[in-house]
Amino acid sequence: MIPQSEPLLTASDLGVKFNERWVLKHVSFSIRPKEIVTLIGPNGCGKTTLVKTMLGLLKPNHGSITKAADLKIGYMPQRFVIEPTLPITVSRFLKLSNNNLDEQEELFHTLGISHLQKTELQHLSGGETQRVLMAYALLGKPNLLVLDEPIQGVDVGGQIELYHLILQLRDYLNCGIFMVSHDLHLVMANTDRVICLNQHICCEGKPESVLNDPAYLALFGESAAHSLALYSHKHDHHHTLAGEEKI
Amino acid sequence: MEEFLQRALLGGLGLALIAGPLGVFIVWRRMAYFGDTLSHSALLGVGLGFWLSINPILTVMLVCIILAISLVALQSNQKLASDTLLGILAHSTLSLGIIVVAFLQGLRVDLFGYLFGDILAISWQEVFYIYIIAAIILVIIIKLWRSLLLSTLNPDLAVVAGLSPRKLQIILMLLLAMVIAVAMKIIGVLLITSLLIIPAACARNFAKSPEQMAVLASIIGMIAVSLGLFASLHFDLPTGPAIVVSAAFLFLISRIKS
Repeated sequence: MIPQSEPLLTASDLGVKFNERWVLKHVSFSIRPKEIVTLIGPNGCGKTTLVKTMLGLLKPNHGSITKAADLKIGYMPQRFVIEPTLPITVSRFLKLSNNNLDEQEELFHTLGISHLQKTELQHLSGGETQRVLMAYALLGKPNLLVLDEPIQGVDVGGQIELYHLILQLRDYLNCGIFMVSHDLHLVMANTDRVICLNQHICCEGKPESVLNDPAYLALFGESAAHSLALYSHKHDHHHTLAGEEKI
Repeated sequence: MEEFLQRALLGGLGLALIAGPLGVFIVWRRMAYFGDTLSHSALLGVGLGFWLSINPILTVMLVCIILAISLVALQSNQKLASDTLLGILAHSTLSLGIIVVAFLQGLRVDLFGYLFGDILAISWQEVFYIYIIAAIILVIIIKLWRSLLLSTLNPDLAVVAGLSPRKLQIILMLLLAMVIAVAMKIIGVLLITSLLIIPAACARNFAKSPEQMAVLASIIGMIAVSLGLFASLHFDLPTGPAIVVSAAFLFLISRIKS
């Protein structure tokens, strides 16, 4: 077991650039065991780039990622395109994560995918694919679950259901969760810590009760006005339309 | 059965056996045009082999591997769409190969045989090579099956599971180069890809799992080889094209049935 004090994963001064343009700069944070951390930020702020760097899919141009010795990541990708020429059922796919599916009935039942075991992946709906991918991630017995916009392509009722599922599963699995979201309302009300990203970390901390921060609205634009801004923080700088930082 | 026929049948069946499991990956990963480009370059390898008096199987593998590696390098510099790049390389290496073969003076190289295959002319030694290569490829594919499958399904999940999709891609290319080297004599550089993709595409209509698809592709390939060989003997057809037409015929039937 990892001692409670030692982080599962630490990012130190990460910088990533594409074509000479920095997409991420000076990003430092850590995730502790059993913690739910939510990463939010407007489109194009570098959320997916940050996740890819954490997972080792991208090499940072600056800084580093330190992982705990027994870190086991379960990853639920944002997009999952199934090649139609590849015939594969849900249970065959899940066996790629864990060969022994015999005692997983409870997990499949919780996720509502018991009846889908013999279905081919390409015939699943968006929501079913998400739940199968969740099962895939969990079957590897991770101590850190990374979910990239887990509620994409799922209707509102499904979103809430999946969200409850995530909370239920945290106790069941004893793992930390790093979640990427642009749905501020749902995610922020249930998370331990929020990291707000716009190329760099704008702010980070515990979500608080409803507060209306103009700077927060400025960052997230009009869509934020329609959702509850549960999290408040102070901005010491502004962003131009291109997202560049002005102190 | 006459001995030349035994050799042809054994060689062809051995080739179809490995073309199955390798072919399904070519289909799943959409590498058909890539395979075509590699096999077109094989003639250059033949020319070099004759010129340097080295076994052409070795020089063909070498040329294919060099081409595969340069393709990966060129593709990462994405100024051109990869099908444009493949088109340029496929035809320029094929032409270069024909020129090199034409330059070999005093040596009569059966160009038609290398382009379209001459399965009836293969030697016991060549049959032996096919089975050696088939054994190596089968062992590697079976050993790496899970990794190859996962990195084909989703490279990101493969990385998170601690695999290297890039390494696996290179391994697949090496296996492809090996198959091309032994398949050239049987089915010809212009037709090799069809033996990889037609049986696999045909198997897709019946397979319920990736493993089934690979095994079915092998069996369908073997049927196509036998049919083609039979047709070639009875109607005096060129064998390489006869095998490909048989495979295409099986594909048509599978489409009508499903």
